[in-house]
Amino acid sequence: MLELRDLSVAYGAIRALHGVSLSVPEGSIVTLIGSNGAGKSTTLRAASGLVKVQSGSIHFAGERIDGCAAHQIVARGLAHVPEGRMVFANLTVLENLMMGAYLQRDRAVVRRELDLVYATFPRLQERAEQVAGTLSGGEQQMLAIGRALMSRPRFLMMDEPSLGIAPLLVKTIFEKIVAINRTQGITMLLVEQNANLALEVSSFGYVLETGRIILQDEAAKLRQDPQVRRAYLGG
Amino acid sequence: MTELLQQLVNGLSLGAIYALIALGYTMVYGVLRFINFAHSDVFMVGAFAGYYLGRELPSETFGGGLLALAGAMVACAALGVLIEKLAYRPLRGRSTLSVLITAIGVSLLLQNLGQRLFGANPRSFPQLFPRHDFRFDGLVISSAQLAVFVITLVLMFALRWIVMKTRIGMAMRALSFNPVAASLVGVSNDFVISCTFALGSALAGAGGILYALNYPSIDPLMGTLPGLKAFVAAVLGGIGNIPGAAAGGLLLGLIETVVVALGGSTYRDAVAFGVLILILLLRPGGLLGRVQTEKV
Repeated sequence: MLELRDLSVAYGAIRALHGVSLSVPEGSIVTLIGSNGAGKSTTLRAASGLVKVQSGSIHFAGERIDGCAAHQIVARGLAHVPEGRMVFANLTVLENLMMGAYLQRDRAVVRRELDLVYATFPRLQERAEQVAGTLSGGEQQMLAIGRALMSRPRFLMMDEPSLGIAPLLVKTIFEKIVAINRTQGITMLLVEQNANLALEVSSFGYVLETGRIILQDEAAKLRQDPQVRRAYLGG
Repeated sequence: MTELLQQLVNGLSLGAIYALIALGYTMVYGVLRFINFAHSDVFMVGAFAGYYLGRELPSETFGGGLLALAGAMVACAALGVLIEKLAYRPLRGRSTLSVLITAIGVSLLLQNLGQRLFGANPRSFPQLFPRHDFRFDGLVISSAQLAVFVITLVLMFALRWIVMKTRIGMAMRALSFNPVAASLVGVSNDFVISCTFALGSALAGAGGILYALNYPSIDPLMGTLPGLKAFVAAVLGGIGNIPGAAAGGLLLGLIETVVVALGGSTYRDAVAFGVLILILLLRPGGLLGRVQTEKV
């Protein structure tokens, strides 16, 4: 459903990605693991149109999307939950969710989607009128995911959903992520520091190192791979 | 007592105009993080638009006055959008300093273009609204002052409604907080920025007309001083903060009037800019400036 082919990205003179190719089949969860600065976030940012692609191509649902502006890519059904969550801290929780449905003009559809998000994250409903900046890290992560779901995506890219969140909540959030994938049929590309957890919920994984894919395999096999275990799974 | 009330009325009507202009500075700052120094000249264009429209429309009527006001606001909105598109958009993503210098360039361009088109000599501004002085026990409120109060109040409530209740207003607030996140939910930043310029410039246009009604001599350089004062007002209230700009404007108008009433009219400008220095020293975020906390 999402195909990156030989993707290169540079920030000024610094090359961040050197010919990355990866593919996410419809309905699956695929994980991209790698250490800090390997280019995981850059890969997602390229796919959602936040950074310019230097060479290579990005296809989504059969159409080429590299070169599209970020707001046009969301409209196609590819949503991105960015690193650091980036909720609108000055807006209320409800307003944040409404911003997620910015492109949806049909109020009935928005209402339905809102109910669905509330059903997934009841906490957000409790805090609907609260300003998002006052939420805890975990709640903000739920809000960021909820906001992305409000755009009714076919594909969700998530950047470090566990970063800076209480361990207990991490488990909850991953359960929700799996549930969203299973029940709503939303395809996912996951970037995660917590490689163990990410590979557990994924069907396939890619390992990124200094801007290159060095390893790719079924998630279960990657978890057994000695190199991966040593580098990313803590032995 | 009457004297005090009179000064209060004068101060508030001057302050309301500062507030209208300050809103434009603060809104543009909110989305683009730079001071649009050409804003004061959009204010001037508003006054001239009112002047030319006022000559065509029946004078001293409500309908004519409101039509001139609406026309000037539309003209200024269009001008604001055009300025953003031609001068600032090509510099998107560059350093704020480049944009700031460009804004000063646009300001000079508008002033000189104004002198070329309208002539450098001051013109007397027509009476757009019915002339009447309301007297209450010695207190005098002119219809021009009343127009300032009513129109400013209506525009501020309209602005508040747009920013707080509409989809585009929500997008403005979202963009102002985080443009990247806004684009990730499908907001076209360019479109929202255009809308912001349109709104802010329309308010400056209204401010231009209201100013000219009360100080009915207009010239192409008239924007500079009220524009700078409004900038002070925006900083005083907390730049980027919409209620702050309104409050800062009213407060600055009052301060100036008090200075004049105390016999210091020579120092009114010095005091206004003194306020700027003081606020920057003591409370750089402004009176209502938001303290930003971010959870990591």
